[in-house]
Amino acid sequence: MFDFLDSGQYDVLGAFWVTVQLTFYSAIGSLIWGTVLAGMRVGPTPLMRAFGTVYVNAVRNTPLTVIIVATSLVLYQTLGITLAGGDSKGIGFRLAVLGLIAYHATFVCEALRSGINTVPVGQSEAARALGLGFFQVLTLIVLPQAFRSVVAPLANVLIALTKNTTVAAAIGVSEAALLMKEMVENESDAIFLVFAVVAFGFVVLTLPTGMLLGWVSKRVAVKR
Amino acid sequence: MTPMSNVSVTKDAAPTAENLVVLDNVNKHFGALHVLQDIDLTIARGEVVVVIGPSGSGKSTLCRTINRLETIDSGTILIDGKPLPAEGRELARLRADVGMVFQSFNLFAHKTVLENVMLGQLKVRRAEKRAAEEKARSLLDRVGVANQADKYPAQLSGGQQQRVAIARALAMDPKVMLFDEPTSALDPEMINEVLEVMQQLAQGGMTMIVVTHEMGFARSAANRVVFMADGRIVEEATPDQFFSNPRSDRAKDFLSKILHH
Repeated sequence: MFDFLDSGQYDVLGAFWVTVQLTFYSAIGSLIWGTVLAGMRVGPTPLMRAFGTVYVNAVRNTPLTVIIVATSLVLYQTLGITLAGGDSKGIGFRLAVLGLIAYHATFVCEALRSGINTVPVGQSEAARALGLGFFQVLTLIVLPQAFRSVVAPLANVLIALTKNTTVAAAIGVSEAALLMKEMVENESDAIFLVFAVVAFGFVVLTLPTGMLLGWVSKRVAVKR
Repeated sequence: MTPMSNVSVTKDAAPTAENLVVLDNVNKHFGALHVLQDIDLTIARGEVVVVIGPSGSGKSTLCRTINRLETIDSGTILIDGKPLPAEGRELARLRADVGMVFQSFNLFAHKTVLENVMLGQLKVRRAEKRAAEEKARSLLDRVGVANQADKYPAQLSGGQQQRVAIARALAMDPKVMLFDEPTSALDPEMINEVLEVMQQLAQGGMTMIVVTHEMGFARSAANRVVFMADGRIVEEATPDQFFSNPRSDRAKDFLSKILHH
C-alpha cells in the first residue's frame, strides 16, 4: 500500500526535517521580533507606536503567499539580497524564514499585547515607583507576566506557523509540501495515501506541540 | 514639633534641610472634575502627615502626584529642594528616593517575596546581590515576615503582603514614604499588624505622608492631620486639635459621621 515510500525516490523524513527547521527558526525569530513590536506598541514614543501599529496592520492583512513570493522576487531576484549568500537552496530557505518571521511576528505581537493587558496596572506603577525605567518595567515586570498568560495563544500561533511553512514551497524550498506536490504528480494512483502521509506528518508535529504548551501554560500561570 | 512653620522655600530653589516635600499651588483635573484645587502643602523632614477626608476628595491623587504617578496641570512640587522632573531618567532617580505603598499591595506576582525586596536594590541601586539579599532579609525580619521570604505574594495574607510592600519600599532607603490607603484593602484583623510597622517607622524618624481612614493611627502617630474635601485642603491641625476641636464645618460633619455610629 505504502510501497511508493519504499522506492527510495522520496525523502519524506528529509522533507519534514526541513519543515521542522523552517518552523524552529521562524518561531524563534517571530517571538523576538513580535516581542519588540509589542514593546513598540505599548511604548511611550509616538513614532515607535505608529510604526508598530502600521507594521502589524499592513503585514497581518497581507496573504502569506504574497509575502513569501515577494521575499524571493523582490528581495532576492530584484534587489539581490541573498542573506549571506550560498547556494540557491540556502538562500530560498533563509528568505522563507524571513517571510515567515515578518508575518507571524504580527500575531505574536498581538497575542502578547493582550497578555500585557492582563497585567494589572498596579504592577507597573509599583515598578515605576521603585525607580525602574520604561524598558526595565517592560522587561522585568510586565513582559514576564504577560508571556505567562499568553502561552496558549502563542501555541496557536506556533501551530499555525508549522502548517504555514508549506507556503515556502512557493519559492522552491524543499519541505514537506513541495515533496507532496512531487508525489501527487508521480503517484496519482496512491493520491489519498500521499495526502494521508503528509497530513499525518503535520499532526505528529503539531499535536504534541499543542499538548506540551497547554501543560506549560497551566504550570507557569501567575497566581494573583 | 513645629509642623506648620512656613519657611518660604517655594520662592528660592535652594535646597533646605527642613522642608522635604513642598507642593505649591498644585492643580489637577480629571476631565471636567477639578480634583486638586490650589493645593499648598509643606512637609518637613521627619514629619508624619496623615491625609484624611471623604472618598473622592482627592487625597489619593494628591499622594500619587508626589512621585508623579499622576501628572499635575499647574503648580510646582519640590522634593528635597528639587522640582519634580517631567519624565525619563531624572524622574526614575527621584522615584527611587520616594517610597510608595499602595492600597492593593502591588507586589510583583511572578517574583518571590525576597526577590520583590531585592529587585529595586539590584536594578536601580545596582547593589551587589549578596548585600541586597542580606538587606532584604533583615527588612523582612523587621516587618515580621522573614519566614515567608521564599513564597510568592499570592501565598501570603493581605497583611503580610502589605508588610512586604513596606519592606520593598524601605529597601531603597527612601527620603520619604507615601502610603496610599495602606490598610483599606485588608481584613480587619490584619490592619493592626500593618499599622504597627508604620508606627515603628514613624517613631524611627521616617518622613511619611499617609492617606488613611485609620483615625487611631492619625491620633497616635501623626504630627499633623490634613483634612481634604472636594479637591481642597480644608483644614490642617495637630491630631489633638483636629479630632477634639475641628474648626471647619466640613470637618465637623465628616468626623461626626465616622466617629459616632
